[in-house]
Amino acid sequence: MSPGPLLHVLLALMAAPFLLGVINRTKALFAGRRGAPLLQPYFDLARLLGKGAVYSRTTTWVFRAGPVVGLAGAILSLGLLPLGGVRGMFSFEGDFLLLAGALGVGRLFTVLAALDTGSSFEGMGASREVQISALAEPALLLVLAALARHSGSLTLSGMFPALARGQLGPAPLLAAAALAIVLLAECSRIPVDDPNTHLELTMIHEVMVLDHSGPDLAFILYGGALKLWILGALVVGTVLPVATGVAALDLAVGLAGMVSLAVATGVVESSMARLRLDRIPQFIVAGAVLAVLALVLTLAPS
Amino acid sequence: MSPWVDFLLVLVVLTNLRMLGGNRLISCIQGAGTQGLLVGLLVLAARVGHWDSRTVLLAVAITALKGVAFPWLLTRAVRETRSRREVEPFVGYIPSLIAGIAFLLLGIWLSGRLPLPTHAASALGGPVAFSTALIGLFLVVSRRKALMQVLGYLVLENGIFLFGVLFVRETPWLMELGILLDLLVGVLVMGITIFHINETFDHIDTDRLASAPEGEIRGEPAAEGAHP
Repeated sequence: MSPGPLLHVLLALMAAPFLLGVINRTKALFAGRRGAPLLQPYFDLARLLGKGAVYSRTTTWVFRAGPVVGLAGAILSLGLLPLGGVRGMFSFEGDFLLLAGALGVGRLFTVLAALDTGSSFEGMGASREVQISALAEPALLLVLAALARHSGSLTLSGMFPALARGQLGPAPLLAAAALAIVLLAECSRIPVDDPNTHLELTMIHEVMVLDHSGPDLAFILYGGALKLWILGALVVGTVLPVATGVAALDLAVGLAGMVSLAVATGVVESSMARLRLDRIPQFIVAGAVLAVLALVLTLAPS
Repeated sequence: MSPWVDFLLVLVVLTNLRMLGGNRLISCIQGAGTQGLLVGLLVLAARVGHWDSRTVLLAVAITALKGVAFPWLLTRAVRETRSRREVEPFVGYIPSLIAGIAFLLLGIWLSGRLPLPTHAASALGGPVAFSTALIGLFLVVSRRKALMQVLGYLVLENGIFLFGVLFVRETPWLMELGILLDLLVGVLVMGITIFHINETFDHIDTDRLASAPEGEIRGEPAAEGAHP
């Protein structure tokens, strides 16, 4: 077994919070500020891990399980995830369903933990999160179906090298655009949700994790960073399908792609206003429609 | 040659979806303008290698009319009538988008069953042409603003024209120009009509025209209760 897959997982575990730092720095530059250090997310995680957690007496084990299961789902998906030409650690036919499922279970427990606090405020956030993900998840599955159909491979690790071999067509580009919309929605980035807001009526993801503290909050932040890496790797793999065969080179290209994706996300966040809440479903459905279009293009006789 | 045609056709589909999902009149007008530009480019892309002065002139005429002149005229109409900027659809945006995809699937099914000439520039040509025409019709019936009906008509015409560009080897030059002239006059007349409807009724909502009582006096909007 080549060392590439293992190296990719280690790289993702190490570098995922760095992407958040890049996004924040890009946003700061657009706003005319100097911005926090690029490594600020690591400092935050270290600080949170050193603290103790406070648990409300109304919460049960579900509340404590939420962050752990969320992080475990993200790490499990990471094991399946290829980055461009680098294969995932595990791969079998239909593994993209497990990837979507693992992310889904992680989110389910975050939502349950929010409901477990009994706060009406967190319940509202949970409701919104579920509304968004109920639309984003079919979009993700449709994109993966389109990519599977286009590349003729049912494994994640087989799809992206096949894209690299095939000629550039409109279908992968549409799939990448749809994936980018899913990424913005799932990672609660700006047109859908604002990671910085702490105003009661506008929070979606943030409100769900208000009651978590200390290591639990660190797990949630870290899990969010890994989720950004996972969805980002899918986008990068679709846009930049480079499979040279040399693991180090593929990893370097993939990492460069991820950093440019983080910069692009920062640019999108700085240049777009947040959508009105009732327009968000339309935005995500537009992403799903792009995915369906990609699927239709691969189905059409050529 | 074929990849370019494919790319342009996919962009045409995207402009269709933009018009189905757009909620502002201006963005829909821009969608139609972009589609006009794409159709002009498709005239060139479909005949790469056989460009003659006619093809180039036709492409330039289409781009100038559909891509520049019509959006300008219609934007002016929106500004002059000071109508509300929202499209106000009868069918919501999300069902419209889903209908757009359904029309594309219908187009694929339809062109699979038709004995189309095999020398077509792209396998996507038939589906995209059919679906564009159908989406044009859908825009005409599903939107409230009279302006959207002009846009729907333009999209419908684009669909029919695409079919001609991709499947017919040689269309008489005179006919193409005649159709373009008709379009220009049509859009001009409809622009003036919209302006006069607005002058008379203070709005350009077509559903309220249907229920307006006979001989409604100038400037007085239809009674609220008369709406369907």
